[in-house]
Amino acid sequence: MSQNNAENNAYWSANVRLILISLAIWAIVSFGFGIILRPLLSGISVGGTDIGFWFAQQGSIIVFLALIFFYAWRMNKLDKQYGVDEE
Amino acid sequence: MDQFTLNLLFVGASFALYIGIAIWARAGSTSEFYAAGRGVHPVTNGMATAADWMSAASFISMAGLIAFTGYDNSSFLMGWTGGYVLLALLLAPYLRKFGKFTVSEFIGDRFYSPTARMVAVICLLVASITYVIGQMQGVGIAFGRFLEIDTTWGLLIGSCVVFAYAVFGGMKGVTYTQVAQYCVLIMAYTIPAVFISLQLTGNPIPALGLFGNTVDANGVDTGMALLTKLDQIVTDLGFAEYTAAHGSTLNMVLFTLSLMIGTAGLPHVIMRFFTVPKVSDARWSAGWTLVFIALLYLTAPAVGAMARLNISELMWPNGTTGEAVSVEQIDNDPEYAWMATWQKTGLLGWEDKNGDGKIQYYNDQNAELQERAAANGWEGNELTNFNRDILVLANPEIASLPGWVIGLVAAGGLAAALSTAAGLLLAISSAVSHDLLKGQLTPNMSEKSELMAARISMAAAIVVAVLLGLNPPGFAAQTVALAFGLAAASIFPALMMGIFSTRINNTGAVAGMLAGLVVTLVYIFLHKGWFFIPDTNSFTDADPLLGPIKSTSFGAIGAAVNFGVAYLVTGMTKETPQEIKDLVQSVRIPRGAGGAIEDH
Repeated sequence: MSQNNAENNAYWSANVRLILISLAIWAIVSFGFGIILRPLLSGISVGGTDIGFWFAQQGSIIVFLALIFFYAWRMNKLDKQYGVDEE
Repeated sequence: MDQFTLNLLFVGASFALYIGIAIWARAGSTSEFYAAGRGVHPVTNGMATAADWMSAASFISMAGLIAFTGYDNSSFLMGWTGGYVLLALLLAPYLRKFGKFTVSEFIGDRFYSPTARMVAVICLLVASITYVIGQMQGVGIAFGRFLEIDTTWGLLIGSCVVFAYAVFGGMKGVTYTQVAQYCVLIMAYTIPAVFISLQLTGNPIPALGLFGNTVDANGVDTGMALLTKLDQIVTDLGFAEYTAAHGSTLNMVLFTLSLMIGTAGLPHVIMRFFTVPKVSDARWSAGWTLVFIALLYLTAPAVGAMARLNISELMWPNGTTGEAVSVEQIDNDPEYAWMATWQKTGLLGWEDKNGDGKIQYYNDQNAELQERAAANGWEGNELTNFNRDILVLANPEIASLPGWVIGLVAAGGLAAALSTAAGLLLAISSAVSHDLLKGQLTPNMSEKSELMAARISMAAAIVVAVLLGLNPPGFAAQTVALAFGLAAASIFPALMMGIFSTRINNTGAVAGMLAGLVVTLVYIFLHKGWFFIPDTNSFTDADPLLGPIKSTSFGAIGAAVNFGVAYLVTGMTKETPQEIKDLVQSVRIPRGAGGAIEDH
């Protein structure tokens, strides 16, 4: 039982680590590139405006999509690795 | 075939489809009624959730919100999609593993407190009912404009259709109807956008056209980017530059964050993830949901910018330095026929104030434009009324697209409003029958009577929604802020702490939820009036109490208060019992999710 618990804790820490990394990217593309860092990146132009505008109206949504699928894929692998997947 | 017959044909065909699905997918058990028997494929569930989530506001209003402010309203795009990242990473898989039927049930069990469950039920009911009013109004407007029937009748027909599939089919009927509604609404949204993008930029993908160059009437690249051209035209007319930021950065960040947390905390969205067979499916399903939502949300900013450009050019056919459009042209040129159609609805209006036979559309608050107006004898902006909500609905007419596209848009607007209304009604009915009746008043109710109770509360919820839709309270427009504020400040933090902390106890959770709820409500009421009664507000959103933070952006702060209070109070009160800690541990591990169903 205790070994099982240790396994489960390791699984949970791996999950929390993955969540933190994903949320950092989530925040950087939307709040960062799309809003706060926009003035810094204004030199990079994209179709008549700057890259910050693109991130605010397109880029962040595309990154969000990639993040959710990446997380689902990684977690489903972690489930198997730690033997906690559904049969 | 005239336009009216075409509209009738499209709307009638879509309704026949929904009712057909309703007959095919009747619910026989509570598990089917609340969670579609947990047998919905993740892609199907994603499509249904997307239709559930994208309301009349997303379909009708969002492009207009972006068109008339440009960059500053990007918050809606990031906020209403970014919430799905939170949902997928922080909530959906664990709530699916928990394996019960409602959001409040999780809060009640995890915090071993009927009080916590009741606070969650009340938040859920207030959020869902305020939201459903807006959907019902959307149904009324769409009927009124496209089928030229009275709003009251429109609402009654719409609610009969919802009744047919929601009351008999429950989650099962609603899910499969929403799949059909998604297909209708996404076609209705993207087809006109593709046409318009081709006309303006030569690129069939609107999201790419938005950042492309404009083309002339023969399809030859003019070498000028669409957004550059738009910026130039709107600034020439004295409006704020389209792509530039104007508001406070702090407020924009908080507003975006509030929309994200609110999205992740809205119960009618969360409960969709109870319908998939496995925990791993809940993860995939959140991704698929966002794929289907993104198809519309990536198109919306293009629709907004292109419509703004089209309208500005229609009002100034000879360029912003030339002569404005004449009244005669508006009355006779078929390109301007849509203006008369929409004038009848009271959502569009113009007036030749200086009697020069031309309609000058410009920002009469802008000093530079006032000078130009004085020099030319203009007496104020003459496009006196332009309701943002007509933008998407009138867009195909503005761009002179064929009649069948207009019929499709009519069916799409109705699909968006009906699918969201059905999802909300389902959340309301399960809160009443499962959380209030079964959970509190009559715990010994048999499955058969619970199913009957669920159907009766659904029918009652529809009647209430119709009555409120017919006589909308004056504050209806403000209530979206309320629904998101409640979800962000109370439900999302409670769920997150319930999963990610084994420490937070019953007292902490209840205190946290109440604290988050109260500060958010008070902040909204201080700015919008107490209980939305006009003139009882002490502040306005133009000059808010706390620096630049508007009442619509306060949900994120309410959530922070909730987290803080919950941790403080937990530290001062009795520790969480071991069996609850075990429950949290089991929710974190996917294995055994199937077994949880048999609990019921």
